[in-house]
Amino acid sequence: MYKLSISDKAFNVLNYGFLSFVLALTFYPLIYVLSASISDPAAVSSGNMWLWPVDITFEGYRKVFENNAIWTGYRNTIFYTVLGTLLHLCILLPCAWALSRKELMAKKAILWVILFTMLFNGGLIPTYLVIKSLGMLNTVWAIVVPNVVGAWAILVARAFFQQNVPDQLVEAAKIDGASDFHIFFKMVIPLSAPIIAVMALFHAVGLWNQYFNALIYLTDQDMYPLQIILREILILQEVGGDSAAGAVGQTENLLEQAKTAELIKYAVIIVSALPLLIVYPFLQRFFVKGVLIGSVKE
Amino acid sequence: MELSRVQVPSTVRRETRFHKIKKRFLKSWQLYVFLLPALLYFIIYHYVPMYGVQIAFKDYFVTQGVWGSPWVGFDHFLRFFDSYYFWRLLINTLLINLYQLALFPLPIILALSINELRLGVFKKWSQTITYAPHFISVVVVVGMIVAFLDPQNGLINNIIVAVGGEPIDFLTSPVWFKHIFVWSGVWQQLGWGAIIYLAALAGVNPELHEAAKVDGATRLQRIWHVNIPAILPTIIVLLILNMGNFMAIGFEKVLLMQNSLNLSSSSVIQTFVYKSGLLEGQYSFAAAIGLFDSMINIILLVTMNQLAKKTSDNSLW
Repeated sequence: MYKLSISDKAFNVLNYGFLSFVLALTFYPLIYVLSASISDPAAVSSGNMWLWPVDITFEGYRKVFENNAIWTGYRNTIFYTVLGTLLHLCILLPCAWALSRKELMAKKAILWVILFTMLFNGGLIPTYLVIKSLGMLNTVWAIVVPNVVGAWAILVARAFFQQNVPDQLVEAAKIDGASDFHIFFKMVIPLSAPIIAVMALFHAVGLWNQYFNALIYLTDQDMYPLQIILREILILQEVGGDSAAGAVGQTENLLEQAKTAELIKYAVIIVSALPLLIVYPFLQRFFVKGVLIGSVKE
Repeated sequence: MELSRVQVPSTVRRETRFHKIKKRFLKSWQLYVFLLPALLYFIIYHYVPMYGVQIAFKDYFVTQGVWGSPWVGFDHFLRFFDSYYFWRLLINTLLINLYQLALFPLPIILALSINELRLGVFKKWSQTITYAPHFISVVVVVGMIVAFLDPQNGLINNIIVAVGGEPIDFLTSPVWFKHIFVWSGVWQQLGWGAIIYLAALAGVNPELHEAAKVDGATRLQRIWHVNIPAILPTIIVLLILNMGNFMAIGFEKVLLMQNSLNLSSSSVIQTFVYKSGLLEGQYSFAAAIGLFDSMINIILLVTMNQLAKKTSDNSLW
């Protein structure tokens, strides 16, 4: 090994310094929210709490756990995420497999029909009118069906099949008299665990975090997903689902709601975002893989 | 609901050819069954709305449907172009997106910087930490912005007051809106955006670096003359993709950050489509504005792609 020159040493110092700065800046808001969620709200709003928790209290979490709207939202989100992800896989995988087979006729035309949707779409209003005329407003289908699969996902899964399922294997099975159904369910699916995991994860994160479809397609409060409830608490600063709030007058009620929102906002952020943030480092390689296969040019 | 006409390849040209195709189809008919759900989805939820776009040129009445409503030509478009808010919407949309586009080099810089680290715990954690905000929902991110920037008890204003300043009401200020919007986006997507560049950098031939070292190149010189040229194709393709999404980026977040006081800076075409269409029920007018928006998008994407094709060998198609 040769010695590091002075300029290289200086570069290293600057580089580590720069990255530490970026990391601190990225991490600080998350730490702050975590600490604030278990600190006394007075210490948070006065600025006494700025990094580590001050006057630790779990009052915010207690309020969150007591709030019916949050739990209903949580339950709905889990339901939408699981159902939507299953539906995503059931539509995506067979389609991508079929498109990866060379014996499929009119493949170019079909691919073109799918890819064109990336370039142009009807837009918000015409799509809304279709959902409405199909009677899907206020049903779970309005949440899980629009965007159930995208051209990008199909291309990625198709590329995976082309690269990872050996053609000879499929040909050999065909000579043995296996049907396409048999080949897909008994051979392709078992070989494709990584791509299934990647696709399911991406779609599940998207469903967990989306609020806009629920905002426009759902009016029934019992069906609201967590993100809509979070929007009310964090941004509109209204807290529903509190049984005690009903008795108070209108203005007092609003004030009371704002106070509760102040108390629970950090706890509710943690409760909603923590599952993903905890699970994600373990699944990081899958997500990274997903981005990378996705970037492979056709 | 009417279905749009699906292109059917004209297979019935000659009898023999027809038989051949029939045979091929029967041999692998199950593959077409596999395709069916996805194709139905794309037809119903993408192509039917494309057919429905014609309401932009009509006066849509719910009772008369897409087909039965009367034509009005370009009336809605003209009304939009003539309205006092047209320029405001267009300028806000362009400014926010140009601002974001100008920060395009940031993930590249982060990737170049992480790439210079030796393999180890710090490198791994730099990636895990910078990717993490990507997984937080827009609602929570905007919720955090609201909490941090609160004029009475938010973190930022506490700091401003502590150093002797006057608290600033960031969230209702048209001046601050774009900065807050764009930089919170940088916070959330910086690391995630670096992933692709990191992968491209991992593919750089180490012999190039060895050769440069022998020639006495410093680290910075090697980054500039070896690493950056190596990832240039990736940079160009991603730039084109970004341009393709030019008019669309992040309107759901804009909507969450909007309030009546910052509207002059925060109303963009997409949020206006939502408000006039879904909240006010002006379906045709909103559809026309939406169509105008996606037309600009397509033109930009195609132009950028042509440009990239001409100036380098990198393009999407």
